[in-house]
Amino acid sequence: MAKAKGGVEEMVLKGKIKVPYTWYVGECASRFYVELRDNKRIFGTKCAKCNKVIVPPRSSCGKCFVPITEWVEVKDTGVVQTYTVVHYAVPGIQPLKPPYAYGIIKLDGADTGFVHVIVGADLTALKAGTRVKAVFKEERQGNMLDIQYFTPV
Amino acid sequence: MAKRVAIVGFGQTHHTTTRRDVNGVELINQAVTRALDDAHLTINDIDAIVIGNMDHFEGINYVDTWSIDGSGGYMKPIFKVCTGGTTGSTVAMAGFYHVASGMWNTVLAIGWEKNSESDTTGAIITAFEPVWDRPTFAGAVGGLAQDAMAYMHETGATLEDSARVAVRDRQHALNNPYAHLKLNISIDDVMNSPMISYPIRFLDMCPRTDGAAAVIYASEDKAEKITETPTWFIATSNRHDYTMAGDIPFGWLTSLRDASREVYKKAGIKEPLKEIDMGELYLPSSWAGLMWIEMLGLCKRGEGPKLVADGVTDMTGEFPINPSGGVLSCNPIGATGLLRVGEAAHQIMGKCDKRQVPDVKLALTTGFGGCFWSDVILLGKKKPS
Repeated sequence: MAKAKGGVEEMVLKGKIKVPYTWYVGECASRFYVELRDNKRIFGTKCAKCNKVIVPPRSSCGKCFVPITEWVEVKDTGVVQTYTVVHYAVPGIQPLKPPYAYGIIKLDGADTGFVHVIVGADLTALKAGTRVKAVFKEERQGNMLDIQYFTPV
Repeated sequence: MAKRVAIVGFGQTHHTTTRRDVNGVELINQAVTRALDDAHLTINDIDAIVIGNMDHFEGINYVDTWSIDGSGGYMKPIFKVCTGGTTGSTVAMAGFYHVASGMWNTVLAIGWEKNSESDTTGAIITAFEPVWDRPTFAGAVGGLAQDAMAYMHETGATLEDSARVAVRDRQHALNNPYAHLKLNISIDDVMNSPMISYPIRFLDMCPRTDGAAAVIYASEDKAEKITETPTWFIATSNRHDYTMAGDIPFGWLTSLRDASREVYKKAGIKEPLKEIDMGELYLPSSWAGLMWIEMLGLCKRGEGPKLVADGVTDMTGEFPINPSGGVLSCNPIGATGLLRVGEAAHQIMGKCDKRQVPDVKLALTTGFGGCFWSDVILLGKKKPS
């Protein structure tokens, strides 16, 4: 028992906050997820001002601050821009049991990357620049984990 | 260095229970775009941004960076503000401070919330003291109900008195195309609505809303070049008292009383009811519309019900309250206080269409936070001396 200087037992009260959320992703992201779920196709949007293909899609360009309306399909292959190998465990939060790799994947045809897990690699051999391909889940629900993982090719 | 400050633009989203069509960033973008359009400015004219929401409603704790795509804050100074229920009004104050300091000429203030994205009580409990008050926490309505009960006990105000406030604000909202609730209700409807937490019935209580608001400030060096109708920031103040329910003087919102007195003193106002033209007040329950107008000094203690019943606070009265429909009709929490300020600014600019109060020269706005703290802002048509 911890004691304060005055000799009194320093009590603690343990609590837990369980907070459910429902994120309405919006029509732009919905279109992306429907294509992913139904057709295993990956789309980005292209800014008419800076010409960048943004994946996952956005309905406005953060840098140019203009609306984006053009949709562009990108490949399911790409390159690992950076990554890490996770060794610590946070049960209920992490998508995989450690150790596992995850990193930033830039798909062919896209100008931006996004974060995802990398499976099937010798973790010690993984490096920035490794080429990867998406492996899709059999039963897809319309979220980023419809891409089950990326694997080196 | 200190500068006089004016509001030169205001934009808000359309509000509803669940904005399924946009995510939070896109919601913010709509309000920002409308505010820029209102001021005939572009994002390049904005020197700095103040933004706020209540983190736990969305589980987003770094809205400053997260919202870049929508706010237009790319590579600009951004200042995040979160003060619970008062977040929107504190954002408004912080925007004023930014420009008044002389450090920035044009500042964009944004308040937003997607209340639909989480459990309201689970999020609001984070604004209540954990060791002592949370084990018996009954939700936001419980505290307001205790407050109303104390007031009833002391003054003899009745359920019908509070119902009048509920009807007034809902009737006003019928003129506001942006409002969340447009309820054409009567006193009987309020009296017959289900009791949530005595004496607060369903129709006495504000909704929870998805929505966003944005206000643009400019310094005295720029304001009159941007618009012919700048709304000047006359005075502001805020007060906090206690956090725990047992310490709060229920029935007396002393934080509002004292903050308003400071504002009146700064502005040289002796008789607020006569000297100020209208109010956009943060009244989360109908009972607040009785108690808190007394705290604001619009009438004496216990006379709130009469002031409301006499029609003084109706659209045609001496001091219209909440021409927008108020918080009882629209409550996107992080935007709620900023909506009061934006609506009041548009009243002074004469841009309120069907909900316009004629010839507004001074407008009072307030913000309220869960454990009974208060923000007060006074806006005016005349440039302060």
